[in-house]
Amino acid sequence: MSGADDAVLELRAVHRTHGAGPAAVHALRGVSLVVRPGELVAVMGPSGSGKSTLLALAGGLDRPTRGEVRVEGQPLGALDRRGLAQLRRRRIGYIFQQLNLLGSLSAVENVALPLELDGAGGRRARSAALAALAEVGLPALGDRFPDQLSGGQQQRVAIARALVGDRRLVLADEPTGALDSQTGEAVLHLLRRRVDAGAAGVLVTHEARHAGWADRVVFLRDGVLVDTTAPLGSVEQLLSGSDR
Amino acid sequence: MSIRHGLLALLERGQMYGYQLRAAFEESTGSTWPLNIGQVYTTLSRLERDGLVRPLPESEAGQRPYEITDAGRADLALWFATPISRTDRPRDELAIKLALALTTPGVDVRSVVQAQRSATMRALQELTRLKYRSDRPEDLPWRLVLDSMVFQAEAEVRWLDHCETSLVRHQPGVPAPPAPRPGDADASDAARWADEEARR
Repeated sequence: MSGADDAVLELRAVHRTHGAGPAAVHALRGVSLVVRPGELVAVMGPSGSGKSTLLALAGGLDRPTRGEVRVEGQPLGALDRRGLAQLRRRRIGYIFQQLNLLGSLSAVENVALPLELDGAGGRRARSAALAALAEVGLPALGDRFPDQLSGGQQQRVAIARALVGDRRLVLADEPTGALDSQTGEAVLHLLRRRVDAGAAGVLVTHEARHAGWADRVVFLRDGVLVDTTAPLGSVEQLLSGSDR
Repeated sequence: MSIRHGLLALLERGQMYGYQLRAAFEESTGSTWPLNIGQVYTTLSRLERDGLVRPLPESEAGQRPYEITDAGRADLALWFATPISRTDRPRDELAIKLALALTTPGVDVRSVVQAQRSATMRALQELTRLKYRSDRPEDLPWRLVLDSMVFQAEAEVRWLDHCETSLVRHQPGVPAPPAPRPGDADASDAARWADEEARR
């Protein structure tokens, strides 16, 4: 694959097989994908097509059976557990449907946690966490605990935690979950904004409306990338073509 | 929707002449529905014939404004109060195309489905991008028009997903694999589908 020098995420002919022999399940079969700074790629496909496996491999939460995953040019396979954990804390943000906020910590403490785990001083971590909370529109709610926040606000805290610090790769797995359509849209808006500011994003979703926020949509079927949407054209082209 | 009711709704805001009506119409639909000035004047003359608008004296600049009549207001109120009937909409060419693709020899229906899904998805991306850029409070009417197009495109993608799932289960027109074992049909279909995808 050429021209992937500036790629934030690169999957090279990645296979992931669970189990062995006749019972083996081929979750991914030779998937290659490049995501560059400022690019949001949506991955669509039916249940069991390999979407979540792809995301887990991209985030270093799982290792490929064959092929290579690189984040900012660094092959994840070459890192030991500690190196991988550090890369995950510093450079990769995860947004999941399950928020996994710690109920005994305030919003700002939840957001600061990955930085503190990474050895940042309390004051610096807190100030970065407050900046991230401001970015998601919750500048004044940092001292509240998760159970004092609405579902949409909790999701924003989880996003702030995924974006805090200098994360270059943001991975989102059905991030709008059970949120209503307006709140869900606000979540995608935040993701889009971070990507526009230079991060690379991968959004796994089965909802076309959410995938619409991406620059490129790729379709997975049975572990294989089968199609990708053409690059976006001009607004004028869209409007003149909308009256089918 | 008729342009008629669009123009009546705009005149309900106050008197306007042709070019103003055209600009206001395009503004309120975010230019998704461009009108030419000829359409505006033709519609105005029909509305006048039906007693729903009346022309006012020409301005010094030679522009003739129109105002809505009481009959026009009643017609507009009725329009807002009446749901749009689904039977008034044009037939869906895509549904007909897929139905025909299923029964036409030599057509790879799955390719038709995937090509359409990719194209519709791309339109959805474009619409979303337009929405993202239109976040001023005064953009609300335009955003709602966009939302309508977004939801329609989404529905189309969901329907295409549904078609694909149905195709995997029943594959009319595709030769059956040699003597599948009982209970094995779905698995062999899925495997063949995957093989075809892999060859693309």
